Amino acid sequence: MRGHQRKLDIKNACIDLSHGSGGRAMAQLISGLFHEAFGNEWLARGNDQSAFDVRAGRMVMSTDGYVVSPLFFPGGNIGSLAVYGTVNDIAMAGAQPLYLSASFIIEEGFLLSDLKMIAESMGEAARSAGVHIITGDTKVVERGKADGLFISTAGVGLVPDGLDLSAENARVGDRVLISGTLGDHGIAVMSKRQNLAFETEITSDSAALHDLVVKMVEAGGCGIRLMRDPTRGGLGAALNEIAQQSGLGFRLQEEAIPVKPGVAAACELLGLDPLHVANEGKLVAVVAPEVADAVLGAMRAHPLGCDAADIGEAISDDHHFVQMATSVGGGCIVDWLSGEQLPRIC
Amino acid sequence: MKYADEFRDKEIAVGLAKAIRAEANKARPYRFMEFCGGHTHAISRYGLEDVLPTNVRMIHGPGCPVCVLPAGRIDMAIGLAMRPEVILCVYGDLMRVPGSQGASLLKAKARGADVRMVYSTIDAIRIAEENSAREVVFFAIGFETTTPPTAVMIRMAEKKRLSNFSVFCNHVLTPPAMKNILESSDIGDKGQFEIDGFVGPAHVSTIIGTEPYEFFAKEFSKPVVISGFEPLDMLQSILMLVRQINEHRYEVENQYRRAVTRDGNLRAREEISDVFELRDRFEWRGLGQVPYSGLRLKRSYAIYDAELRFEMQELCVADNRACECGAILRGVKKPVDCKLFGTLCTPEMPMGSCMVSSEGACAAYWAYSRFRDHRQRRAS
Repeated sequence: MRGHQRKLDIKNACIDLSHGSGGRAMAQLISGLFHEAFGNEWLARGNDQSAFDVRAGRMVMSTDGYVVSPLFFPGGNIGSLAVYGTVNDIAMAGAQPLYLSASFIIEEGFLLSDLKMIAESMGEAARSAGVHIITGDTKVVERGKADGLFISTAGVGLVPDGLDLSAENARVGDRVLISGTLGDHGIAVMSKRQNLAFETEITSDSAALHDLVVKMVEAGGCGIRLMRDPTRGGLGAALNEIAQQSGLGFRLQEEAIPVKPGVAAACELLGLDPLHVANEGKLVAVVAPEVADAVLGAMRAHPLGCDAADIGEAISDDHHFVQMATSVGGGCIVDWLSGEQLPRIC
Repeated sequence: MKYADEFRDKEIAVGLAKAIRAEANKARPYRFMEFCGGHTHAISRYGLEDVLPTNVRMIHGPGCPVCVLPAGRIDMAIGLAMRPEVILCVYGDLMRVPGSQGASLLKAKARGADVRMVYSTIDAIRIAEENSAREVVFFAIGFETTTPPTAVMIRMAEKKRLSNFSVFCNHVLTPPAMKNILESSDIGDKGQFEIDGFVGPAHVSTIIGTEPYEFFAKEFSKPVVISGFEPLDMLQSILMLVRQINEHRYEVENQYRRAVTRDGNLRAREEISDVFELRDRFEWRGLGQVPYSGLRLKRSYAIYDAELRFEMQELCVADNRACECGAILRGVKKPVDCKLFGTLCTPEMPMGSCMVSSEGACAAYWAYSRFRDHRQRRAS
């Protein structure tokens, strides 16, 4: 029976240790499932790596690991998240994402049908973001040694000439723009994690932001100082990070910060602050005041930025605090999170 | 967001703040203790200090059940969780509470203890049903607010004949703690403290009503206003307290009428008294031993008492000597007066009770208000 290959039984089979052994089963899995889902000329060559042309200019590179639980959530799954996350990290440099790698650590017993769905949504996400997944890796670990599936992606992209987005560019008086409502992803995942039943389904905002970034750069050019996607730790962590890196502080207006009513209500219930809840399809931009209106207009004209808002300004502050004028006329700090946000008992 | 935004209206807040400024006598201070950690959190989160006149000062009381849990009880829970047969079910914010020598349930989990975060008592029952070969212990904590669900859970376990389920009971009562604070106004070298009135517990009062606080108003001549947690609730309650002081009245008033009655929730109170009885004393972090302030399971429910089932030994662990939590909880000192604040004691590595949960006085001050010191320093 030399050369015979079993057909992948995607409907009924699950991952076993042979799928990571480097043998025929693994080859079947890669060609029958991953190549099928990601399908492109680089993968089709079947090499352990992919060669690609490099254009002149500045490249960016980024990598990230994805360990979300549950793997499927309203508005996406770990696969689309793994593509969008790295695409967005590259896009935050103002760069056009080009190529991705994808590495899978799969737990023995994982359903092939689930893996197929995840791979297909990765392929779809990559196509919609205009990137190609051109190399990858598959490992299978024993049951109990991974939470179903972990994915790592790395990516490269090309920065347009003359653009240099970095926290050190920020200046006092710069405006802080956010591309939309906060906390959608974190609450969507949390709502499924503990079987918390909310009356309205909250959907993850998981999306690729590269196209929105292109429109923003067209409108604001070098007036855009920096961009950041406020993922884990939310807007609070992102702005504290920027404050430290830029040597400035920020003053936000609470009333200007967009949060969906359902997300706000869920946060109230769980004792969480939407400013610290994760997003996967939002960006925060610090822009020169003279281009702020133009950039905001461009954001609002894009489907992923229709709820964009000007939420505050960069200020001089030796302590690099992110301050916020509250809805009732007082003031407070938006601090780093101390560890994970944990629901309060009462 | 309905039922919340209405209580965060800026115009009404400005109006209430204006009324407080107009009615507060500039010639005297007004020192009000908010008992609940939820109130402390709201004051800090909404920056209410900025809208109050300088002679109206809020003192952050001990009202966070997580903050006041002594290190010894955490050590006991960790010891229990490290037993291989035990699954310990806890509410989320207990995970980081420090025991002795920096230990916590979060760290115990990392070392292999089976500690599971639950959102409700029902989760703990479900885990016990799904793990019949293991011992499932629910780490029960909280004031009168969270005690009824624990009572209902124990009765449910009895009905389901769960033999692998028990409760490590740490429920405490607010009135004895308030009495303890009022009776210890002179705390020696930590100074004299003065409280002119109390912003009374909200969620607790939904269970026990306003009646238990009438004693404090009469016997100690301290007005009490039971208040909701939203910023407008707080401002209206402060205005009500200012008015009582100005009119020399010492009464219990109910600002939180949308949820609280004089008698509270009779059904819930019955559930509590059916399952629990008073302990002679219970240790509070920052306050020490407080007589008749804690609950334990009645003899008739002894089989669900984890302390008996696992023969747990009571552990007492002294807090760091430099820790000023006792003085801060009594309003004698502010968080920044403590040498440990922001140095050895931070939310990442809390030493004292006030830094433990986000509702503690020091943690709330650190997370939301510490910019004020820098602002004042710069201004001076």
